[in-house]
Amino acid sequence: MIQEVIGVGGMGSVYRARDLHFPSVVKLVAVKEMINRAPDPLVRKTIIQNFEREANILATLNHPSIPRVYDYFSEGTRSYLVLEFIHGKDLEVIINETSGFLKEERVLNWAIELCDVLSFLHSHKPDPIIFRDMKPSNVMVDPSDHIILVDFGIAKPFQVGQKGTMIGTEGYSPPEQYRGEAGPLADIYALGATIHHSLSRRDPRLEPPFSFVERPLSKINPAVSIELETILNTALQYNPEDRFQSAESMKEALVAAGRKTGILNRAKSTSVSAQSSSGIKPLWVFQCEDEIRGAPLYHDGSVYIGSYDHNLYSLNAADGKLKWKYATEGGVVTRPAAFENDIFIGSEDQRLHVINTHTGKVNWTYYTEGRVHSSPRIAEGHVFIGSDDRHIHAVNLLTGRAAWRFETAAEVRSTPFVANESVYAGCENGDFLCVDFRGGLKWHFKAKMAVTSSPCEAGGVVYFSSLDGSFYALDARAGWVIWRFRMGKGSISSPHSSEALVFIGSADGNIYAIDAHTSKETWRFKTEHQVSSSPVVYKDALYCGSADGNIYCIEARTGHLRWKFGTKGPITGSPLVYDDIVYIGSTDHFLYTLLA
Amino acid sequence: MKSFFGRLRGKKTKPSIEQVNVKTVPLSDIKPGMDSLRMPRVEPQQLVYGCGLSIGKQREHNEDCLFTFSVIIGGETNNAPLGLFIVADGMGGHQYGEVASSSAVRTMGNYLLKRLHNYLINPAAGVEEPLQEMMRAAITEAQRAVTQAAPGSGTTLTAALVLGHQMTIGHVGDSRAYSILTDGRVEALTRDHSLVKRLEELGQISSEEAAGHPQRNVLYRALGQGEVLEPDIFTSQFPQPGYLLLCSDGLWSVLPDDNLGNLVIGAPNLNSACQNLIAAANDAGGPDNISVVLIQLLG
Repeated sequence: MIQEVIGVGGMGSVYRARDLHFPSVVKLVAVKEMINRAPDPLVRKTIIQNFEREANILATLNHPSIPRVYDYFSEGTRSYLVLEFIHGKDLEVIINETSGFLKEERVLNWAIELCDVLSFLHSHKPDPIIFRDMKPSNVMVDPSDHIILVDFGIAKPFQVGQKGTMIGTEGYSPPEQYRGEAGPLADIYALGATIHHSLSRRDPRLEPPFSFVERPLSKINPAVSIELETILNTALQYNPEDRFQSAESMKEALVAAGRKTGILNRAKSTSVSAQSSSGIKPLWVFQCEDEIRGAPLYHDGSVYIGSYDHNLYSLNAADGKLKWKYATEGGVVTRPAAFENDIFIGSEDQRLHVINTHTGKVNWTYYTEGRVHSSPRIAEGHVFIGSDDRHIHAVNLLTGRAAWRFETAAEVRSTPFVANESVYAGCENGDFLCVDFRGGLKWHFKAKMAVTSSPCEAGGVVYFSSLDGSFYALDARAGWVIWRFRMGKGSISSPHSSEALVFIGSADGNIYAIDAHTSKETWRFKTEHQVSSSPVVYKDALYCGSADGNIYCIEARTGHLRWKFGTKGPITGSPLVYDDIVYIGSTDHFLYTLLA
Repeated sequence: MKSFFGRLRGKKTKPSIEQVNVKTVPLSDIKPGMDSLRMPRVEPQQLVYGCGLSIGKQREHNEDCLFTFSVIIGGETNNAPLGLFIVADGMGGHQYGEVASSSAVRTMGNYLLKRLHNYLINPAAGVEEPLQEMMRAAITEAQRAVTQAAPGSGTTLTAALVLGHQMTIGHVGDSRAYSILTDGRVEALTRDHSLVKRLEELGQISSEEAAGHPQRNVLYRALGQGEVLEPDIFTSQFPQPGYLLLCSDGLWSVLPDDNLGNLVIGAPNLNSACQNLIAAANDAGGPDNISVVLIQLLG
C-alpha cells in the first residue's frame, strides 16, 4: 500500500509504503520505481536483466549500513525495488539544517562507519562492488546517529545513453570516473569529498571540479584538526595511486587521527591558540583626555587626531610630541582633512573648523545647524560635509561660504565621496544620494535602514554598507543596484576598494573581502566583537580595528592573520597607514603607532 | 608643496641601473594612447550590434540560438541605453538540442525584459532589484524551462545585460564572452565549464592536448543538467573603445584569439564583422554550429 512519494529522482520516484504481508503491524518499506525509457526493445530487455542481476547481488548483502532489499519486480516499462525504510535524514539535509559547522567528532564517527561499509563492499566476492555515487544525499543518518548508505548504483542502467556533452553527479566524483573508470579508489575520493562538504559547508557541486586541494579545510573551518585535514588531502588526491589504497587503510588513519586529537578518547580538545600579540610594541603612544572615535590624518610631517575631549591634536609624526592642540566646543568623532596649510575638522559643536597647520590657530569656521558626525571631503575647490541639520554642505575653500546646501530627509553622518562630477553620501533614513556640483539631485537610492557608512567609488561603481545588513554596489552614473551582499548584521563601517576586491566591516564581527565583479565572498575574518572601524589596505595587507579592542593586520588576498595588537578599549575609529606606520586611536584614550 | 615637487623631480631624473640596459618597445609599436582611440562624441549614447548564425559544415542540425535586444530613448530622458544579448548552444542530439537552447533564450529574454520594462517607462524609479540577482533568477527560470521542455537535454548560456556603461554577464557552459579593444587586445571574459578546460587549469594537460582532446565537448555545468546549478555572474565595465563578442564554441574552437580581434577590428561595420567571423570558422572546417553577437557602445 503506497502511502506517499518521498522523493523524485532522474529515473523515477521513491515511495513510502506499508507492507501488507504483515497486516497486524505497521511495516514500512521504501519502493523505488525506475522507468525504462529506452526506445529499442532489445536495449530495454538488457536494462531489465542488468537491474535484476544487481538487485540479486544487493539482496545478498548483509551489513548494518546497507538497507535490506525485500523484493524486486518489473512491470512493462517500470521496474520496482522494495527496500527497508530508513528513518532519519540524509546528510545533505543535516548539513543544510545546521547553522555553523558540524562537530568534527560527529563527522569523524560517520567517516569511520562509511569506511567500514565501503571496505565491506570493496571486498565482496567474486567481484568488488563499487558504490560509484558517494555524496551527502546518499548517506542517511538514523536517529541513533549511525549511517546507512542508500541509492546504490542499481539505477545506473536506466539512464538513457547520453550523447557527447553530459556527465553525472558533478563535484564528488574523482577525475578517473569522468573517463569511465571507477574502481574502489573512486569511492575513496568521493568519501573524502563528502566529508569535506560536511565539515566545510562548501557544496562541491558549486565549485570547479577537483578543486578541493585549493580549498584547504582549515581555511574555511579553522576548528578542524590538522590530522583530519591531512587525511582528506590524501583521499582527495588527483591521481588514484596517491590516495589511500583501501577503505581499510583510510579507516586506520581516521582512527589514529581521532586518538591523536583526543576526539575518540573523548578527552577535551584544546583549540589552537591564536597568534599572540606579544612582541609588538608601539613606536610611540599619545594620550588624549577622552575617547578617540575618529581616524587620524597624516599631513606634512604631522599626525592630526580628534578626540571626544573636544580637541584636535597636532603631533610630530616621528615621536608623537604634541605640536599644538585646538579646542572645539564639542566632541570630535571624525577624520580631519588637509588642504595646503589648513586642517579641516567637524565637531559636535555644529561647526566645521579650519585651522592653520603651523600656528594651530583658527582661520575660519563654518556653521551648520546640527552636530557634525561626517568628515570633511575636499575636492574641486570646495569642502563637502554632512551634518545632523539634514543637509550636505558644499563650502568654498577660499571664502568659507556655502556654495550650496542640499536638503536631505535625515541626518547625514556619512562622509561625502566626490567623483564623476558628483557628490555621493548616505543618510540616516536609508537614502543614498548622488548630487551634482550645482547642488541638484542626480539620483537617489533607498536602503531599508540608515546609511552611515561613507561610500567609495571604483570603476564606475559606488560601494557602501547599511544598517539593514546589506553591502551595496550601485552604478555610479545612474544609481541602479548592480549587486548586494548580505552580512550577518548591519554595518556603519566604510568600504575600501583595492584591485578586484572590496573590504567592509560589519556588526556581525566579521571583516569581509568581496569580489567586486562577482559579489562573491573571497574571505571573511572573524573578530571577537562588532567592526565599526573601516578597513584600509596598505601594500598587501589590510588593517582594521574591532570593538574587541584589537587592531588587526590581515593578508589582503587570503584573509590570514599576520598580527594583532590589543588596546585597552573598543576600537571604533579607523586606522591610517602611512610610510609603513599604522596609526590607530582607541576608546582607551590612546593613539597608537605600530610598524605595518 | 615645494619639497613634494622636489622629490617628484628627483625620482624622475635619477636613472636606476636596471633602466640603462632595458630594451624598450620601439616607438611605433607602442599602443596608441586612449585619446587617439577615443571616438567622436556620439549623442545619444547607444548600443549597436550585429549578429550571425551558421549551421557549420559538418552538422545536420542547428542547435544554437541567439537573442538580441537593444533600446535607446534619446533626448532629455535620463535613459541609459539598455541591451540584452544571449547566445545558447543546445545539446542532447536530434530534436532536443534546439528545444533546449531556444526555450532557455526565450525564457530568459522574457523574464529580464519584463523586469526592466518599468525602467523604460520611468527611469527615475530606477532598477530596484540588483542586476546580478535578476540575472541569477533569469537563469534559474531558464533552467526550469529547459528541464520541462526537453528533459535529458542541456544547453550552454552566455548572456550580457548592458545598462549604461556596466555589463552584467551570466554564464553557464562553454560559449564565451570576449572583450575586444580597438588596440587589438582580446580577452575572454568567461571561463568554460568544460572538463578539458578544468584539466588544463589544473596543469594536467597542455593547451595543445586540450585542443585535440576527445572529451573537449564534455561540460561539467550546463542548463538542464543536474538539480544544482551555479552560474558565473559578474559585472564589469563595457569594453570601450571596443566591442563585446558573444559566441558559441563553433567559433572559438577553430579561431585563435588574435584572428577574432583582427576580423572584428578590420571590418567596415558590425554586421560584416560577424559574417567574416562565420566565414572564417567555416573555412577552418566548420565542425559545429556557429553563432556570433557583436556589440559596441557608442558615446
